[in-house]
Amino acid sequence: MEEQIASLPLHAQPPIRELGRRSEAAEHPFKRQAAQAAGGAIHAAQTAGAVPLALVGKVGRREEIVAACPAARALGITVGMAATHARALVSDLDFRPAEPEGDAALLDRLALFGVRHWSPVVAVSPPDGLWLDLTGCDHLHGGEARFCHRLLAFCRRAGFTARVAIADTPGAAHALARFGREDIAVVPAGGTLEAVAPLPVAALRLAGGALAAARKFGFETIADLLPVARGPLARRLGLATINRLDQALGATAEPIAGCEDIAPPSVERRLLEPIGTAEAIGQVMEDLLRDLAEVLQTRGLGARSLRLIALRIDGGEQMVAIGTSRPTRDAQHLLRLLKLRIERIDPGMGLEQFRLIAPHTEPLAAEALRAVLAGDTQVSDPARLVDVVAGRIGPQAVFRLAPVESHVPERAVTRASPVEKPGTWPSWRRPVRLFARPEPLSRVIALLPDQPPRRFEWRGQAHHVVAGDGPERIHGEWWRRNAEVWAVRDYFRVEDDQGGRYWVFRRGDGIQSETGDLSWWMHGVFA
Amino acid sequence: MPPVPSLPSQPQSFDHLRTLATSVADVRSIPFGVTGIDAGLGGGGLRAGALHEAAALTCSLVDDAAATLFLAGIAAREALSSGRPVVWASCRNDLYAPGVEQAGLASADVIYAQPRDDAALLAVVEDALRDGTPCAVVAEASKVSMVATRRLQLAAADADIPVLLLRRHRGRDRDPLSDPSAAWTRWRIASAPSERLDPARVGRARWLVELARQRGGEGFSLIVEGCDETGRLAVPAVSAHRAVETAGTVRHAAA
Repeated sequence: MEEQIASLPLHAQPPIRELGRRSEAAEHPFKRQAAQAAGGAIHAAQTAGAVPLALVGKVGRREEIVAACPAARALGITVGMAATHARALVSDLDFRPAEPEGDAALLDRLALFGVRHWSPVVAVSPPDGLWLDLTGCDHLHGGEARFCHRLLAFCRRAGFTARVAIADTPGAAHALARFGREDIAVVPAGGTLEAVAPLPVAALRLAGGALAAARKFGFETIADLLPVARGPLARRLGLATINRLDQALGATAEPIAGCEDIAPPSVERRLLEPIGTAEAIGQVMEDLLRDLAEVLQTRGLGARSLRLIALRIDGGEQMVAIGTSRPTRDAQHLLRLLKLRIERIDPGMGLEQFRLIAPHTEPLAAEALRAVLAGDTQVSDPARLVDVVAGRIGPQAVFRLAPVESHVPERAVTRASPVEKPGTWPSWRRPVRLFARPEPLSRVIALLPDQPPRRFEWRGQAHHVVAGDGPERIHGEWWRRNAEVWAVRDYFRVEDDQGGRYWVFRRGDGIQSETGDLSWWMHGVFA
Repeated sequence: MPPVPSLPSQPQSFDHLRTLATSVADVRSIPFGVTGIDAGLGGGGLRAGALHEAAALTCSLVDDAAATLFLAGIAAREALSSGRPVVWASCRNDLYAPGVEQAGLASADVIYAQPRDDAALLAVVEDALRDGTPCAVVAEASKVSMVATRRLQLAAADADIPVLLLRRHRGRDRDPLSDPSAAWTRWRIASAPSERLDPARVGRARWLVELARQRGGEGFSLIVEGCDETGRLAVPAVSAHRAVETAGTVRHAAA
């Protein structure tokens, strides 16, 4: 290796910094290790080959490392280190911004998964934990130890590193999962005190002030707290500490408020005889929608999308879906949208069961009709019209055209949602038809720099200009592309001798050569 | 020969016949506000619940733009008076919304639909008519059969909503209005030279508006000034030299 490096020319040799001979100060030998370093050794083996990764987040007013993977920690990156310091230590570290909201959303999804698969009572314990109430459901998973192994295997498959603890109280399980020695800790019933006693005081979910006080009074482990009289302890560490201790040991109750798995509104009809005609399917749709409208009304919801699943007698499923632009529970309107989809259902030998689900719902309360009752305004909501047309040709083919703040004509228009009202454009004269690509003009005779052309040829026809307005100078948007930094278009509205009115432009201002090549283009036609 | 049994009920059947041939007085019509056009149209304006077709006089893009704005102006006046949206169905996407806005049809008043083909376009127009929300439906299509126009005409009459159909040219020398159609009125629009101003500037747009056919009336042809910001047409002031006025027709006679 040394020879290879020496054989390179001087400028191509890697700098000393890249060869790993760093000259930074060594870590202080008596500096206390971070608390989570205890579990670090276990994972170091399995992630040895990974690229070191660290998440950077804003704590107060400074950028800090908020999380680091084992490989990064092996390189000396610790949580709480300033981001600039970490960058200076390891230049090729994979830094990414921390996303606490994304983490919370993922945890919520995991909790919902737990409700559906593991236990009926699952709660989130932010920022990184889940509480499962296993009471009465461990036998479904083959016992507590077996459940722990299956849970760890699931997390490994999903890409998470996990630690599990099962104890009598949520507090004890919380402490053991984060501060215990093993990845799996199953505390037998009644053994909470022995299991929790050797853990540090921080395992009790204390606030920062109480932790600092505990350190000042020399309380290192939970065992140190137990023989102390409770009155003085409460005076010194606060009543919250006593509560947490009691919760961990089971002296006070701490119920787990599980997250709720909200089932989407759905209704079902099973038929005595299989059906196959469009009229019969339409009838079933009407019945289902009437049922669904009642369900939605009791919950105060409106459907944004509906899914109709029909079961054929040969076991196949037929599914059609519709969407609406505003939440609604109007059965007639939804029926009209659903009936557009009947032709996509293949009844086969017959359909015997229908299920209608509203996977996407939004709150829909009663509306005030005062203006309509008074009769002064006939406000009609275009949402129904939009739904009907979108059901026919697809939701992306129904739109409004909204202004964009750009002077470049082809960028001034964008498509917008059809139920929202867009603004207006400035009142410069604009053509009614605009070509997507400007078409070149040939044999143009024009006076430079700012006169409209006198004649031009377009699509093989000569046009003699008798009148013209302009120029309207439009500069390129230098913040978009390099090629537009100096670009200039001079637009003219011209009329030829036969009454045709055109929108032509010249590239360049006619003085500075870098603004354009003085070529002429047709961009649109006026009426 | 058997005796005529319906003799006593003859006045009633006359009434029935009268209701069938609806008199022009009791249908809603949309006046242009230009005496030359309104006097020529039966009912003093464009019948509201009906299909109206317009086509460019030649297949040039300039005339096509004039026909587009002619229809946009009608829709704009209807939207301004009713406060309801206009549905604009077209398979193409070269319409420039800022230009349409300058003819009075603000972007907040239009819902655009871009179907894949003409068959889907006609279905969209019918859906919009049956829904009843829009105040006018503008459609751009090239190939519309006689049956389709009759369906549109009936749907428009049911909903009392004007359907403004822009017939696009399919070939250089095929007149789109040569196909049979059940439309109430059929128009040919071309752009005409504007008024010559002293410094050679472009004046207000002028169009040659030709009513090719209307039910229960004669056709006519005249030159009007194009839509202003509220979608209204105007009659040009008396011109100093006749050459300007005739230039448009001369061109199309030669073409």
